Parts: sequence; structure tokens; C-alpha cells
Amino acid sequence: MVEVETDLEASMLCVDSLFCERDDRILFEDLNFELKEGQVLQIKGSNGSGKTTLLRNICGLNVGYEGAISWYGDPIKECHEEFYSSLVYIGHRVGVNKVLTPLENLRWSSSLQQVITDDELLDALEKVGLRGYEGSQCFTLSAGQQQRVSLSKLLLSKAKLWVLDEPFTTLDAAGVKQLETLLKTHAGNGGAVMVTTHHTLSVPNLQVLELG
Amino acid sequence: MTAQTVTTFQAFKATLKRDLLIAYKRKNDMVNPFMFFLIVASLFPIGISPDPDRLAEIASGVLWISALLASLLAMDNLFRSDYEDGSLEQLLLSPHPLYFLVLAKNISHWLVSGLPVALVSPLVAYMLNLPGESYFTLFITLLIGTPVLSLLGSIGVALTVGLGSRGLILAVITLPMSVPVLIAGTLTVQQTLNGASLAGYLAILAAMLFAAVSFAPLASAAALRISVK
Repeated sequence: MVEVETDLEASMLCVDSLFCERDDRILFEDLNFELKEGQVLQIKGSNGSGKTTLLRNICGLNVGYEGAISWYGDPIKECHEEFYSSLVYIGHRVGVNKVLTPLENLRWSSSLQQVITDDELLDALEKVGLRGYEGSQCFTLSAGQQQRVSLSKLLLSKAKLWVLDEPFTTLDAAGVKQLETLLKTHAGNGGAVMVTTHHTLSVPNLQVLELG
Repeated sequence: MTAQTVTTFQAFKATLKRDLLIAYKRKNDMVNPFMFFLIVASLFPIGISPDPDRLAEIASGVLWISALLASLLAMDNLFRSDYEDGSLEQLLLSPHPLYFLVLAKNISHWLVSGLPVALVSPLVAYMLNLPGESYFTLFITLLIGTPVLSLLGSIGVALTVGLGSRGLILAVITLPMSVPVLIAGTLTVQQTLNGASLAGYLAILAAMLFAAVSFAPLASAAALRISVK
């Protein structure tokens, strides 16, 4: 379904004849695509077309699908640890606890994947414009700032696959630009991104998948 | 750019620390079960009879039932806010076995809800005129029993966390599982008063604890995967 331009890079994620229905309504069927290192895949589709469901299928949060999803050739269930060590998922609910501060949130969510120092954490928060807020509890922050807390995780993560569900919605213009730059850098370093958004992305090597 | 990978133990510690920090910042949640325990237990002398002899008879049951209700009251906090803000998804997507992360959450939850109840129980026992030689037994049974209640309750919470309106369903799932613990706990206190040796009863409670530690987080983890869809 997606045109593949560069065959040189290794195929990271391969989705083969994926089928998913919800409440007797077919969201997608016979969905095939491949994600290679260095690619950004934008998933488009109308509301309710199954974009979020597809992302959650791939992450293994929702396993109510048929078909095969493989990671570097192995089915995801058989390389559980490698896959989850290489994955960052940011969903609609951004995973930011409201009573904790940005620093404490970031410390926990990063520490599930890698050992990280407080200096690196503060550095990441500074880069997303939250310097000065690291000690405030998150319920005092705006939705966009909370989104930035979750996105700061991307700056620290060494994961190869980023799965982002509507990451642009609450960001301001500068934030959007910064995130685009981040996606570019990540793809340039051999990472891959799956992102759902209605926003027009200006990223090289962009693939688009239309659902519904 | 190879990142230093995190051992499961480090992830366990980080999760434990995070949950304790959250509990510390939400002092209401921390104090509620404890206060509830005190209030329920102190209502019995008013409602039944202030007669010391009658109170002494029912004291162990009253204390255990109050502890059970307090534990139930506190249960809902365990996964709810994590479910609502998406942290639970992050937990499920970590490369570590979910068993240990759920166990960390259970331990933190018990430290702020079950342990204070166990610690204050001798004081309430004094109020209810429980014979003095039983204080230690009561304390030990609650110390072993409340973590079992937390672990079992965690399964019920994990199953119901995705439901919009839960009402009493958590109690309906959790209480039947808790009954054996309640029986073992009160029996221990009563029978040792009658001269039975403590060791045998404690062994039963301890066996319950070990079974719960081994299996309950597995069940909770599986239930969480179903709830988060």
C-alpha cells in the first residue's frame, strides 16, 4: 500500500494483512505496509477510521486483530523485550501524572527504558521550553505544556521506533516546528516514526498511509 | 549511542519510588483508609455495647473487618489515575515483566494503606478491650494479612479500571476472595487467646501471603492488559 523508494535500509516493522474490526464494523482489512529505518510514516484518515487502533495494534496494547506484525523479521510476540526496548509510544493520554512535576514524570517514564541522570533530564526539559517549570506540579501546566513533558521523552530516548498519536494537537507553532525537526533528526539517525496527524508534515522521506 | 539498559530491579525501584511520591503528594489518599479504619472500629462500642466483656469478645472480628473495609476503600487509587492519564499504557509498554512493576505498585500501595492500619491496631485494640496478650498476635496477623488483601484487591481493581461506572462491582469481586484471609486472621487472634500455639495459624497466613505474592500480580497484570484497550 505504501510505495517504497529506498530498498537499501533494513525493514524495521512489517505489517502483513492486518484486519481489525470493532463492534462489527471493519476498521481496516488486508492492510500491508513496511516501515524502514529512516522513514516517517504518516497515517491519515477521517475521524473513527481506526488510526489510533492501528497504532495500538502495533504497540500491542490492543491485540484484537488478525494478521502479522513483525519486528526485523520476527513476530512481535517472539521478540517482546527487544521490541519494547526499542519503542516509544505517546498516545492521546500522554502519560503525565498530574500531581508529579515534569521532572519526576520524565524521570520515571525514562527510567523504564534507560539509566539517565538528572542533568540529562533537566537538559531535555529545557529544550522543550519547560525550564522553570520542572518543579511545578503538572496540573498547573497547560495541555500543551503537558504534551511537551511527554515529548521531552523523545529527546532522551534511544528507542528506534516512535509511535505518536496526534502529537501536534495541543502544541503551539514553535512546538510543532520543534517536533518536526525532532522527527527529521530521528529519521536521519536511522530511526523510524509512525505518526497520526491531520497536520501537513514537512519531513523528507515521508510516507503516507490512508485509512478508511 | 547505545543506552545503558535498565535492569528490571531498577525499573521496579523507580516505579515504587514514583508511587510513594504520588501518595506523599496526595495526602488525602494516604490518610483516608487510616481514618476510615479508626472511625469504623470506634463505631462498634457505640452501636453494640460499651460493656468491656462483650467488646473483648468481638474485638478481633471488628478490627479485621475494619481493616478489610479500609483496604477496600483505598484500593481504587491503585490504578485509576494511571489509567486516566495514560501512565498505565507506559507501564504496559515497558520492556520489563509486568509482574514486577505491578508488584511495585502493590507494595507502595500497601505501605501507605495497610501498614498504618496494622501499626495503629494495638491502640484500637486497647479501646475495644482486647485482652492485652493478644495485641502482638493481632498486629502480626494484620501485618501479614493486609498485604494479602491489597494483592487480591489489586486483581479486582485491574479488572474494573476500564469501566466507566463501577459502583459496587469492585467489592463484589474482591470481598469473596478476601473472606479466607478474614477467617484466618480472626481465628488466629481468637484461638491463641484460647491457648492454641501461634505458629500453626501464622503459617497459614504466611502461606496465603506467599501464594498472593506469587500469583496475584500475574493475575493483575493479565487483567490490566484486558482493561487497557
